[in-house]
Amino acid sequence: MTTPHPLETRVVSRRFDQPDAHTLAGYLASDGFRALEKALAMAPDKVIEEVKASGLRGRGGAGFPTGLKWSFVPKQSPREKYVLCNADESEPGTCKDRLILEYDPFAIIEGMLICGHAIGAHRGYIYIRGEYRYLLDRMEQALAEARAAGYVGKNIRGSGFDFELHAHTGAGAYECGEESALMESLEGKRGIPRLKPPFPAVSGFMGGPTVINNVETLASIPPILLNGGAWFAAFGPPKNGGTRLFCLSGHVERQGVWELPLGFPLRKLIEDLGGGMRNGAKLKAVVPGGSSTPLLPGNVAWDLNLDFDSVAKVGSFLGSGGVVVVDENTCMVRFALRIMQFYRHESCGWCVPCREGTQWLQTSLTRFHNGGGRAADVDLMKEVSENILGRTFCALGDAAAMPTLSILQHWRQEFLDHLAGKPCPFGARTTAGAVGAH
Amino acid sequence: MSPFSPQLEARFRELMQRYPARRSALVPMLLYAQDELGWLTPAAVQRIAELLAETELAVREVIGYYSMLRTEPTGKYHVQVCTNISCLLRGGDELYAHCERRLGVGHKQTAADGVFSLEEVECIGACSWAPAVQVNYDFHQELTVEQLDKILDAYAARARGERTDS
Repeated sequence: MTTPHPLETRVVSRRFDQPDAHTLAGYLASDGFRALEKALAMAPDKVIEEVKASGLRGRGGAGFPTGLKWSFVPKQSPREKYVLCNADESEPGTCKDRLILEYDPFAIIEGMLICGHAIGAHRGYIYIRGEYRYLLDRMEQALAEARAAGYVGKNIRGSGFDFELHAHTGAGAYECGEESALMESLEGKRGIPRLKPPFPAVSGFMGGPTVINNVETLASIPPILLNGGAWFAAFGPPKNGGTRLFCLSGHVERQGVWELPLGFPLRKLIEDLGGGMRNGAKLKAVVPGGSSTPLLPGNVAWDLNLDFDSVAKVGSFLGSGGVVVVDENTCMVRFALRIMQFYRHESCGWCVPCREGTQWLQTSLTRFHNGGGRAADVDLMKEVSENILGRTFCALGDAAAMPTLSILQHWRQEFLDHLAGKPCPFGARTTAGAVGAH
Repeated sequence: MSPFSPQLEARFRELMQRYPARRSALVPMLLYAQDELGWLTPAAVQRIAELLAETELAVREVIGYYSMLRTEPTGKYHVQVCTNISCLLRGGDELYAHCERRLGVGHKQTAADGVFSLEEVECIGACSWAPAVQVNYDFHQELTVEQLDKILDAYAARARGERTDS
């Protein structure tokens, strides 16, 4: 349970301080399944219209408008349709879906049922990362309760609507958070991304039309249906509807996850919720939305509002809501290296630019960091990164290239300070780390 | 002969019914098999392939992809230290180095007595409670080296069959 902060606007997290919300009784006692009741009385198109009106954009990272995504599913389909929940939360800096799964699992179930009604699907799966075993157990328990009470299965609460829903565990793979790789994994295969188009709305899980949404996106659906799309949209600036969970980590006095309206000033997040910079250090850089997003220099970040369009305007992304704060005493070469070790480890190897590029970049960054950098490699790393961008099936390659390019651009001098024979001015650990010896 | 308990065999039968095609159950079956046996033994791979009417090669191809799936044993307590960016900024490297010293093993190695094994892992979704360590499936968060020591002491005591209140 988490106590609300006075600056929070709790919509998705409104049950986070309710001790029994993860039980069916507790959920029903706080408006549980009332949105489903309302949605089932509405025509499917009207439900999609309400979601469109909310301005809700995907909370997993890509920020695609949810209502629009739902509307792409064909009404008639010879193949079965599916609703998938992406609970493979693995983007470094992001730890918010974990809280929804823990404190409000029924909200995810209800959001999926509403989506099923809206797109005409009767089957769904919740794909939970393997490390979140206690949350898989919690979700299985919630599903068992929901099924016993007639909220999952045939003829839900006498409405004539059928929906089968199961939880499904992953087994350690960042790539499976990518929608098409997740579907491969859910089909019992290696998590290799598919070429798009066709997009999942046309051909997804088992070749059927599929909506796949992030945990937080789906948990936002019941309050939107209950209170209306316009109500949700009004929390944020135009085209950036609603609230979202921001995960603050790094060099702040107080790390934490808080729900804030979109457009909330980053400075207030750091100062008022995070208690300011740790030990009064100066801000050097911010990762605005998970490790895939380009880093922003401190002075740019300081005046930034946290909504999709404002962050895009300064050259980055709101991404997954993972805000990582980096202070002046941090070696950016080390930081870039750690990010690259991650992507090299997680690259599934399907696309050559990503598989080879992340390996090359890790090698070059390791050399710099160990005090053996070559001046020519600064531009070479830029070139390698640029040759990954846009040349892969999925966004993992871009995710590796973008933060690297931003670090090379804003902190070029630090690379020059790591040329052959110079020790790291920040005294960071000089080993490359063990991760990657897969 | 199945290498699995009757309970796990029953669970597998139920799992395979959940999907339009039973092959979908493969990754969960592998993880649950590993939970019961400690690792994916040749007999486990063979039995799962048989249940799904797949070749052992097809099953091994999948095993090779997922970081959590193992084809050799680990310690009774598998210590997984996150050193990704949020943990890096809050001392994850120091926790990992401390584990190496204390346990006398490196990445993906098991101590001689079989109690502990160590792994440096990617983000485990504990960023706002960094630095974090997972021991088997249990999360331990916002750790100092001293706190981690106490946690490892408790696991070591449990392995010796002693009672512990921590």
